[in-house]
Amino acid sequence: MTTAADAGQAVADAHRREWAFVLAATVRVARDLDLAEECVQEAYTAALPAWERDGIPRSPAAWLTTAARRRAVDVIRRERTFRSRLLLLVEPEEAVDEFALGALDEQDERQETVDPQEVVPDERLRLIFTCCHPALAQEAQLALTLRLVCGLPTPDVARALLVSQQTMAARITRAKKKISTARIPYRLPRPAELPDRLTAVLGVIHLLFTAGHTAPSGPTLMRTDLADRALHLARTLRDLMPDEPEVRGLLALLMVTDARRATRTSPDGRLLRLAEQDRSLWDRGLLAEAQELIMAGLRGGRAGRYLVQAAIASLYAEAPTYAETDWPQIVALYDRLLSLWPSPVVALNRTVPLSMAQGPTVALAQVEALEQDSRLSGYQYLPAIKADLLQRLGRTDEAAVAYRQALELTGNEAERTFLIGRLTERETGDA
Amino acid sequence: MAQYAILIYDTLGAGGYTPEQQAASKRHADDLIDSGAVIAAYALQSADTATSLRGDVVTDGPFIDSKEVIAGVCIIEAPDLDAALELARRNPAVQWGRGGVEVRPVAGGIGPIAR
Repeated sequence: MTTAADAGQAVADAHRREWAFVLAATVRVARDLDLAEECVQEAYTAALPAWERDGIPRSPAAWLTTAARRRAVDVIRRERTFRSRLLLLVEPEEAVDEFALGALDEQDERQETVDPQEVVPDERLRLIFTCCHPALAQEAQLALTLRLVCGLPTPDVARALLVSQQTMAARITRAKKKISTARIPYRLPRPAELPDRLTAVLGVIHLLFTAGHTAPSGPTLMRTDLADRALHLARTLRDLMPDEPEVRGLLALLMVTDARRATRTSPDGRLLRLAEQDRSLWDRGLLAEAQELIMAGLRGGRAGRYLVQAAIASLYAEAPTYAETDWPQIVALYDRLLSLWPSPVVALNRTVPLSMAQGPTVALAQVEALEQDSRLSGYQYLPAIKADLLQRLGRTDEAAVAYRQALELTGNEAERTFLIGRLTERETGDA
Repeated sequence: MAQYAILIYDTLGAGGYTPEQQAASKRHADDLIDSGAVIAAYALQSADTATSLRGDVVTDGPFIDSKEVIAGVCIIEAPDLDAALELARRNPAVQWGRGGVEVRPVAGGIGPIAR
């Protein structure tokens, strides 16, 4: 006998962990994202009383997949003539569907649940690559990934991405309609396309994590759930594509960043600089796991931008104190990053360790050169870094001007409070 | 299989095409025919020869006042969007830095009628 609480917990766990697997496996049968979603949702709803009554199945994913696919097959058979007129997802390998339908029929006869991992190949990658197809706008890619891969209800997706529920519902509907009407195929990229397509997927996961890590506006610095989801996605992708160096690189980067989660803000929500953070609270297990990925990746010799970013973050985290950070090594890694990813933001971030390795004067000259780059106009971290350098050079009036500029450009409450604090420190003269 | 329209855009007033560009267009047209994917393809005269109608008003010039104007249209058949994009990408206009192409699924229509 299973208690209602246990069953509820098992359903919630299965929702978080197995949603993508169950949905992806169901899409192959339903060949329609909406129908598949509906059937998976129903399967989760049916799981609660069934598991309470019969006990939690050995493989919840298998139970849910079987239930969802059976519903999909029922609907398709019932509405065959009707549905055949609708636009269906384009899938190149029809044989798999027939096989899957056949397997379900056999199961029906035997009245048992087959482990889907034995019957159904893991379809999650198809789902992920379809959600992140370049023919969809990035905001649609983010929304679809949260909705379909993470299984977040639309109101939660709207909250996570800071738009109204109505806007988000319309965005998701439009994206799904484009997938079926323009016939975006539900397939894996060919090897020649893989680098670009993978970059899009990694970009989406990174953006979700960043959105969760530093909410671009609103009262708290972190929307932890979003960061957790992104980390989980990165782990899933690593399991599905273990040989891709940049997949490991992104996972390592997210882990190193996440290991410092507890110390990014003070108990009263104030943003803490790296130098002020309590290093004893960092998640050493997570850092060690990341370190292993980074070392393996660097040895592999095909290091991409995420891996080098992870290496930088990891080097920061390794130092016993902020002052003891290996600044020249960090600058060297930034040089490597710039060659892989010539972005003005990277060049700007490089000026921070540069100021520690070679002094604020050298760094300030580079920040001032970057100010001429129109791509950085409106980027709040530029005046913030400049202000800090001016402050260290004793040019306090100019520093105040730069802090105010930074303040005007940021919408995040915690970051605003931090900048106001820096301004006040300066004005009361105890900087 | 589905049908897609490839709408070819060019920069207004960019002038004629160089002999190399004309040769590239011709090669692309031949490739399209060989691929068996093309259903119909038309190049249009320059946009300053266009006449637009909006209600009772007749205006000289293209319908939308924009820097880029439609220069041609091509209807192809492809199994999915990826395949259509693959064909569209080979259009030389994509590489010339003076325009590009838009790929839209066809909802319905009348095929080319032989005379």
